[in-house]
Amino acid sequence: MLKTPLFLVSLMLVSGLVSEPALAELAASRQSELMHLLKQDCGSCHGMTLKGGLGPALLPAQLEGKPTEYLVVTILEGHANTAMPGWKTMLTADEALWIARQLKQGISQ
Amino acid sequence: MIRTALFSLLLVSLTPAHAADLRGTGDLALVIERASGSIQIIETTGNSSLGRIEGLGDLSHASAVYSRDERYAYIFGRDGGLTKVDMLTRKIVKRIMQAGNSIGGAISQDGTLVAVSNYEPGGVKIFDAATLALVADIPASYGEAKQTSKVIGLVDAPGQKFVFSLWDADEIWVADMSRPDKPAIQKFKGIGRNPYDALISPDGRYYIAGLFGEDGMALLDLWNLDAGVKRILDHYGKGEQKLPVYKMPHLEGWAMAGQYAFVPAVGHHEVLVIDTRNWSEAGRIKVHGQPIFVMARPDGRHVWVNFAIPNNDTLQVIDTQSLKIIKKLQPGKGVLHMEFEPRGEELWASVRDDDQLVVYDTESFEERVRLPANKPSGIFATVRAHKTGL
Repeated sequence: MLKTPLFLVSLMLVSGLVSEPALAELAASRQSELMHLLKQDCGSCHGMTLKGGLGPALLPAQLEGKPTEYLVVTILEGHANTAMPGWKTMLTADEALWIARQLKQGISQ
Repeated sequence: MIRTALFSLLLVSLTPAHAADLRGTGDLALVIERASGSIQIIETTGNSSLGRIEGLGDLSHASAVYSRDERYAYIFGRDGGLTKVDMLTRKIVKRIMQAGNSIGGAISQDGTLVAVSNYEPGGVKIFDAATLALVADIPASYGEAKQTSKVIGLVDAPGQKFVFSLWDADEIWVADMSRPDKPAIQKFKGIGRNPYDALISPDGRYYIAGLFGEDGMALLDLWNLDAGVKRILDHYGKGEQKLPVYKMPHLEGWAMAGQYAFVPAVGHHEVLVIDTRNWSEAGRIKVHGQPIFVMARPDGRHVWVNFAIPNNDTLQVIDTQSLKIIKKLQPGKGVLHMEFEPRGEELWASVRDDDQLVVYDTESFEERVRLPANKPSGIFATVRAHKTGL
């Protein structure tokens, strides 16, 4: 598979040559926004280091046994009768998938 | 001469402050720098930063209370750290790890006890304010299985009491600490689903917990504990679709003007107005987003509101006589907290994503100054030392 360099991808995105869902990877700038969102805004309930708060800890150990797809649905739709809101107004499915993968592998602090 | 002046300026800026410099603390405040585990000490007379204290652990959620002499701050960190800081020497006096995950704290009426509310293990721990030695441990256990609940909405109350709520157990507890070795605890059960935060009126009489799991708030009259908990505003969201809550509102202090109190609605882009004479709803004010902090200027004439993501770049000001929004400000991205100066002529706002503190004139709404800060969140002024519940 030919891998497009990231800067080229962002360039193509900006110029509208490719649409986002078709991308294998998100633009680097969007990735950094998502990481910021994950630490700061998911962090307001789950803790900035994801060790938990009002919401449960989201470290790889806690998420073991929870499929990535389950995390994606949770991120997008939220959990009824809990404080977890759905983020689909702010995130695409690809972006939720990217976040879910970050959670599974663990983020650097 | 200029050289001498420059030299002494250099000396001043290089020499750490000593208590012997004879400075008061009444115009000081601290700013939580949430990502770096540090705090900044600022002064609100000339609006400048005096310095930074590092090494306070995980401050991603943090708050502070002050000793009654306004010299020491107690900072409650996310990681269960409790740090006592000297506002004059700008040094850590004492730091302990008292739990795995904590949410906030309070200082007793007489200033001798500091209480911390914890998520993990769920409960309240009470410490000697001078030494931070453990005085009492109150696990928030409930139900048959004796599981423990996350504790929120911890405040001090007159009569050497602490009042707090149990998120998982739907309870409010009143702990009388008159005998520190023997806390006398009164429990109120079934107060409403998932209390998320609470506040106490400035006179220390009414404790009000906001409910996340259902509409309305739980009111406890501390002068008439036998009357139990009363539900208020339980109809405010009925029949309306709740919007997603991307951040829990905070109930801090009591935004009150005349007989009206102002609180954030949960899941609605509204500020609710309560008539405190009969605890009925006196109005709803449509605002820019999910309100997080709803704070009254000390004179009560205006109420300032900030919002959850994705509307957290905006502040709105409500006039408490007309109940109309009279000003919209956009300080920057990630406006997390506000603090009025003691008499309210200026307001400080923390702008997380822009790494800035912004000071506004609260009469003209003009921006006075911007200071750099590292991912600032809570701003806590020493004037809180003499306010019940703060």
